[in-house]
Amino acid sequence: MELQRFAYDNRLSRMFLNATMFWGFVGMLVGLTIALELVFPLMSSGIPWLSFGRLRPLHTNAVVFAFVGNGMFTGIYYSTPRLLKTPMYSQTLGKIHFWGWQLIIAAAVFTLPLGFTVGKEYAELEWPIDIAIAIVWIIFGINLIMTMVKRRVKHIYVAIWFYIATFVTVAVLHIVNSINIPVSLFKSYPVYAGIQDALVQWWYGHNAVAFFLTTPYLGLMYYFVPKAANRPIYSYKLSIIHFWALIFLYIWAGPHHLLYSALPDWAQALGVAFSIMLIGPSWGGMLNGLLTLRGAWDKVRESPVLKMFVVGITAYGMATFEGPLLSLKSVNAISHFTDWTIAHVHIGALGWNGMITFGMLYWLLPRLFNTRLYSKKLANTHFWLATSGMLFFAIPLYFAAFTQSLMWKEFTEAGYLRYPNFIETVVQILPMYYLRALGGALYLTGVILLIYNLVMTARSGSFVRFEEDEAPALRTGKISGEKGHRIIESKPVLFTILALIAISIGGLVEFVPMFMVKSNVPTIAAVQPYTPLELHGRDIYVREGCYLCHSQMVRPFRSEVERYGDYSKAGEVVYDHPFQFGSKRTGPDLARAGVQSGPMYKPASWHYNHFLSPQKMVAQSIMPPYPWLIKNDLDISTTNRKIKAMQYLGVPYPEGFADKANAHLQQQAYEIAQNLRDNGIQIEDTKEVIALIAYIHRLGRDIHGGEKVHFSER
Amino acid sequence: MKLVTSALESIADIQWFPIIGLIIFFSFFVILIIHVSRLGRKQEDEYSRLPLDEDDEQEYDYQNETKNLDHDNSNR
Ligand code: HEC
Repeated sequence: MELQRFAYDNRLSRMFLNATMFWGFVGMLVGLTIALELVFPLMSSGIPWLSFGRLRPLHTNAVVFAFVGNGMFTGIYYSTPRLLKTPMYSQTLGKIHFWGWQLIIAAAVFTLPLGFTVGKEYAELEWPIDIAIAIVWIIFGINLIMTMVKRRVKHIYVAIWFYIATFVTVAVLHIVNSINIPVSLFKSYPVYAGIQDALVQWWYGHNAVAFFLTTPYLGLMYYFVPKAANRPIYSYKLSIIHFWALIFLYIWAGPHHLLYSALPDWAQALGVAFSIMLIGPSWGGMLNGLLTLRGAWDKVRESPVLKMFVVGITAYGMATFEGPLLSLKSVNAISHFTDWTIAHVHIGALGWNGMITFGMLYWLLPRLFNTRLYSKKLANTHFWLATSGMLFFAIPLYFAAFTQSLMWKEFTEAGYLRYPNFIETVVQILPMYYLRALGGALYLTGVILLIYNLVMTARSGSFVRFEEDEAPALRTGKISGEKGHRIIESKPVLFTILALIAISIGGLVEFVPMFMVKSNVPTIAAVQPYTPLELHGRDIYVREGCYLCHSQMVRPFRSEVERYGDYSKAGEVVYDHPFQFGSKRTGPDLARAGVQSGPMYKPASWHYNHFLSPQKMVAQSIMPPYPWLIKNDLDISTTNRKIKAMQYLGVPYPEGFADKANAHLQQQAYEIAQNLRDNGIQIEDTKEVIALIAYIHRLGRDIHGGEKVHFSER
Repeated sequence: MKLVTSALESIADIQWFPIIGLIIFFSFFVILIIHVSRLGRKQEDEYSRLPLDEDDEQEYDYQNETKNLDHDNSNR
């Protein structure tokens, strides 16, 4: 058969590779910064955009979407054409994808520290950026699918199925979770509320881990490990089964983030069951990767690339064993809200994603520049820095998690909490936080070595823009003798649709009953909408990222009910757009902070002083000070629109209330400010802190016989 | 929340969607496993070699992390 000649264009891989290095450095630097802020809380020194709650979303978004995202695109744009024996469908679409993606990241770098956030983890970006993400993502998908259509090989290699599953699922996740009602250019409210918002968010959050951090990297593993070891993948059959099992099972596991929460039991049980089943396909992938290197361990010892792959795949195995473990209710009771979660995700991020990326870059860059790696010794040093950095990061946090969780739960013989003062449990684990920062610093040093090494490598060679190849054309028409999975594999569009169906099922099974069955969210008559002032206060709470250190979800354990107050109910949060359950308790739970008779209640003046300087009220506090809340005036120009948006979403404010909302707000602000002034604090009614105090004092009040809110009289 | 619920309610027979979806998936999965177990050795071999092209069969220089290029092999 006649051979056709064509050339691969390496430019896109090179662009994404550069971006991977750059954003990897930035994302990890921000990570190290916030790790230090936890031990030096005054580090942000009153600068809003430096404070922990503002930078933490930047760290997670930069590492996930910028470092890992660009890393995955580097590998996809390199491997896809070579596996399909054709150049990418469109170089222009590829460039739009590249620049669009970098612009989105740049937008995140500015908006997140400025406090523009939706307040849902890993989905913080505001609606205009969300729309841009959807567009750029679909451009990427079109390019990918059209390249498959144009291919010259019959069989589509397993790596590409993983890429397709990534494209399809991330599109669905992102769109469903980002349906928000805009109030202004940089403020919007999710359409979902409370427990349903939580369910959608963690369906998204968990599957962002699955389909942004796992499936594309499994695809890279299936391409680059065989390449670097020069041997075929261990078992192709295993790869087929583990692919379908993985994408189907993952989509159900989200509710394991909400165990013991107010989520209905059936949904929690579903999440646990599927999480445990996930061990199967996850370990299928790990074994397939590791066994590919069987009989090649002598090479592994020699090659930093293969060493990184081995540690990366092993970390994947550890993280996917740990994940199901953390989904067991008994383990989750201890691990949830502690640093265990942080340790777990960093085994994944530093170990799996980091190591696979580094290995891939060390392998790829010399080829793009037709040269040898500048220094193998530096690469080996990087390997050891990264491995020890990861361990220094994770092990102290495991220790911290156990220590703190047990302290939270410990009772004296007389039946009282042994450590009723939350800060005692924080002080106990601070040494571990120092070690974690050290681990992060080691890891980051490794990345600096990587960048230096790769820059020097590139300088020693010259960029190979085109690589020639040849292959016979793909025979079109009916492919005889094909059946079953082979047909699916060879038809990219059919394949894409099947993958879409597979991942939609889990979502449907969880969402439809959750949204349709009334009994899933028992209403509580006493629960009323937030007042306009409280609503503003809540938006400040979201803006400052308080939810990243404080939960609002008291679980039904004696130790928590004792410490915080009555456990949380689904009916309490029906007006919460977005929900604010939180996922980490660096500080105490706040769900009962407004219950006057409860253990968490503090007067307004205490909160005022605490926001001004937490360390003045609680000497060893690691909460950052918020002096700007006391200086800044509340922006009440948006009140009207905010109330109307809430009404549109079904929050039952009285007809026409939006127009009277500011009058209501000013009255309530006056009362709180007057209370502060009575306590000797000089403050005007108009300050932001007043709204935040109003919100804190509302938390949990409705179901504890607090005073009813009157919307119409004032 | 009301918004989403009413949007979903307007889809006819939506309560059956999850069940139908489940049946589709499980039958697909069973067929898949049967099929994969019957995949021939030769096919599997061919597919799993797709990332490796002919010139990869050449000796690979692990010392220097690169294919054999025409310059010296000094170790750095
Ligand atoms: C870096 C993590 C962190 C961030 C961010 C943070 N806090 Fe805290 N917060 C803590 C810690 C730790 C404590 C316990 C020590 C103390 O009381 O200062 C605490 C205590 C509190 C308390 C007192 C709880 C009680 O009754 O003992 C309130 C109220 C509070 N935070 C509100 C907020 C609000 C509102 C924000 C956002 C503007 C916020 N926190 C941001 C860590 C944090």
